[in-house]
Amino acid sequence: MTAGLALDIGSWVLMLAGSFFVFVGGVGALRMPDFYTRMHAASLTDTLGTILILSGVILQAGLTLAAIKLAAIMVFLLLTCPTAAYALANAARLSGLSPRPEQTPGKD
Amino acid sequence: MSWRVITLGLVLAATWLLWSGIYKPLLLVLGLTSCVLVILLARRTGFFDQDVYSLRLGPSLPGYWLWLLKEIVKSNLQVAGVVLKPTLNIQPEVVNVDASDLPLVSRATLANAITLTPGTLTMDVDSGVLEVHCLTSATAADLQKGEMLARARSLERT
Amino acid sequence: MYAATATAILVTMALALTRALLGPTIYDRVLAVNMFGTKTVLLLSVIAFLNGRPDFLDLALAYALINFIGVLAVLKFVQDYTMRHSGEERGQ
Repeated sequence: MTAGLALDIGSWVLMLAGSFFVFVGGVGALRMPDFYTRMHAASLTDTLGTILILSGVILQAGLTLAAIKLAAIMVFLLLTCPTAAYALANAARLSGLSPRPEQTPGKD
Repeated sequence: MSWRVITLGLVLAATWLLWSGIYKPLLLVLGLTSCVLVILLARRTGFFDQDVYSLRLGPSLPGYWLWLLKEIVKSNLQVAGVVLKPTLNIQPEVVNVDASDLPLVSRATLANAITLTPGTLTMDVDSGVLEVHCLTSATAADLQKGEMLARARSLERT
Repeated sequence: MYAATATAILVTMALALTRALLGPTIYDRVLAVNMFGTKTVLLLSVIAFLNGRPDFLDLALAYALINFIGVLAVLKFVQDYTMRHSGEERGQ
């Protein structure tokens, strides 16, 4: 009973912390001044937000097939996120979008 | 060539069985068909003809992952603090990290680890030199200390 | 508790959509769409437990796959497009 309660509290804490990071990442994606700095904010939601929320849900799932699926989703997201981020940053870089903010003044 | 076809087939079949969870003849036949289809498609794209660069699952890998997780948490807190501050205190700069002496797999590991930690972002790889965009001067200084590079290097040695 | 998490994810998706609408470059939009996609995967996983329907997890994984391939495909398209129209204004 108490072990179950501790598990519940642990998973709630994880999920709330994950929600916090996801939300902060969303705010950052709106606040940051240029494209590359926005990518940093977006990776906030992609890394710790994903890890925390999915770990919280895994704790709730317990030792079931659902937990394995959630773990697979988490591993897949953590593998693809840097790849997608690199592809995006590289495409922007090759297209000539300058990473130095002083050279792109007055952009939003 | 053939052992790689067999390995891929076994992995695909195991994934299908684990995922569907329904063991009716129709679904099993469908699973077999899609496994064969995927292998044929992979063969068409030349997947079996190229060398595979794969990470050896050495004993040091879990330790590396734990360390990476710690780094991710640390840099997440850092960047979250930057985002939430009322005045935006960022000093974006570009840092070059020389990884040309590392083998290809370690380079990929390093570049992905850099991208995974918020605050640093790999933009380009030019003959082994990673071009990394840093959000603040603190993250740039952290990166230039070179612990990430050293970890990626020690991963290869085992 | 699932509802609170789902709400936070939904708010973030709204923020990502705002960024996608604001732009200003095409890459900002792709970034926002990618973010929207990964948030959808998280939302699906949470909703699977909120409503007690574990089959949603399969959808979440399929969505993660489609999102990744989709973003790469869009980037490929944008790259080819900007290469062909390199004389014109970039990334708008």
